[in-house]
Amino acid sequence: MINLYEVTETNKMIEEENLDVRTITLGISLLDCIDSDLLRLQDKIYHKIYEAAKDLVSTGEEISREFGIPIVNKRISVTPIALVGGAACKSPEDFASIAKTLDKVAHEVGVNFIGGYSALVSKGMTPADELLIRSIPLALSTTERVCSSVNVGSTKTGINMDAVKLMGEVIKQTAEYTKEEDSLGCAKLVVFCNAPDDNPFMAGAFHGVTEADKIINVGVSGPGVVKTALETVRGENFEVLCETIKKTAFKVTRVGQLVAKEASKMLHVPFGIVDLSLAPTPAIGDSVADILCEIGLEYAGAPGTTAALALLNDQVKKGGVMASSYVGGLSGAFIPVSEDQGMIDAVTAGALTLEKLEAMTCVCSVGLDMIAVPGDTKATTLSGIIADEMAIGMVNQKTTAVRLIPVIGKGVGENVEFGGLLGHAPIMPVNPFSCDAFVNRGGRIPAPIHSFKN
Amino acid sequence: MKKTIITVVGKDTVGIIAKVCTYLAENGINILDISQTIVQGYFNMMMIVDTNQATKSFGDMSDELSGLGEKIGVVIKCQKEEIFDMMHRI
Repeated sequence: MINLYEVTETNKMIEEENLDVRTITLGISLLDCIDSDLLRLQDKIYHKIYEAAKDLVSTGEEISREFGIPIVNKRISVTPIALVGGAACKSPEDFASIAKTLDKVAHEVGVNFIGGYSALVSKGMTPADELLIRSIPLALSTTERVCSSVNVGSTKTGINMDAVKLMGEVIKQTAEYTKEEDSLGCAKLVVFCNAPDDNPFMAGAFHGVTEADKIINVGVSGPGVVKTALETVRGENFEVLCETIKKTAFKVTRVGQLVAKEASKMLHVPFGIVDLSLAPTPAIGDSVADILCEIGLEYAGAPGTTAALALLNDQVKKGGVMASSYVGGLSGAFIPVSEDQGMIDAVTAGALTLEKLEAMTCVCSVGLDMIAVPGDTKATTLSGIIADEMAIGMVNQKTTAVRLIPVIGKGVGENVEFGGLLGHAPIMPVNPFSCDAFVNRGGRIPAPIHSFKN
Repeated sequence: MKKTIITVVGKDTVGIIAKVCTYLAENGINILDISQTIVQGYFNMMMIVDTNQATKSFGDMSDELSGLGEKIGVVIKCQKEEIFDMMHRI
């Protein structure tokens, strides 16, 4: 039977080390809502989501109460809207009206984000894909809870450089449209390479077309738990360090598995995956950068950071995989800047640069995430940064993402405050040299040689 | 059997166990196991209880025990056993 020591350990993780379930995300397919009439389409989307998700928030709260574990977010992901709206939408404004429908239903069922205002264009863009992408600035500036993502490359298809160029412009325009709120719209917009179909985390969540009608995906969290566990093995060798991370990741993920199974049972929706990611928040003690420091770095960004992050990411997966029956999503360590106090401190101290972050994304689960850059950064420069990050994902057969926020009206050294889980960030300098001629070539970068496995 | 873990943590005082046990008895909750330690004046107790015959819902029991804890000056938490089983048993 369970003993006092074990109960105390679990409750200490929850109460003192910020162990929580970061999100229960209900994936809903909207393929059966497709209609050539826009109003009918909006109506069908509204009703399908409302019916599927009306009990999501209360169920999350009930599970949270039964097990005494906080479940921070309840969210919805839907089929990429470019696919759903293609038949009905003839202009960017038409697409943006669907975003309003999503926002409305998100408010009514009480979820804090709804993801899937997305297009998958890793090889080419249909007219609908392009309309949706061009509507993103309007959609994100006229809604509160809608999140958008665009997949512009994959290991199998190469990189769609036309889409990369367009996304640089769209990010810039989104920043302009939301400049009154420090360009907050860009915090809800992600550009992906190798985007997973079952990611529960925002802003990049969407319900892939390979998924069932409805599915429950859960994202756990627990950087604070890993950090505390590592405090007990200071000075020990790498074997001891890695074992400690692995065991801790196992325990954290088990909680996610339990919550996912329970939510699946209560909502009568099949269980999809647990995402093993270590997701930080701006709260003190809930930082991935602090884990890197505990491993032995003065600041995240110091020499050794990439190696430390690589081992952390790998051990989290090794521990987590055995803890859950299905693992998916992004699964690794997140390194967003504005959402992690340790990262913010590292940038402020001058230890962490955009280039070092790019190197770190080669070995962690996502990419250049929640990085504020000067508002006068050129669209082509943003596209160049995106292309670099997509290339890392394509060649390394991993997911990479870019979520940059060019903060209109602000420059290097100033601070930007997004609030809540999105945090705050110092604006980081960007390499000033031009890549215009590269970005303006047009076309696509072919798939790498190691993608031909047939 | 539906099992719940009740934890009581706080400054030691007379009658903590008595009050918690009285509440459980009055509500048809059977105690299966109790372990308890006192470290530097701090009372730390865990009970494993069977709630199959309980006359109240889990939510009510949890709220009322938490209220009782406030009166005694300790923190009382109810959690279903599965979270501990999942984390500590393969």
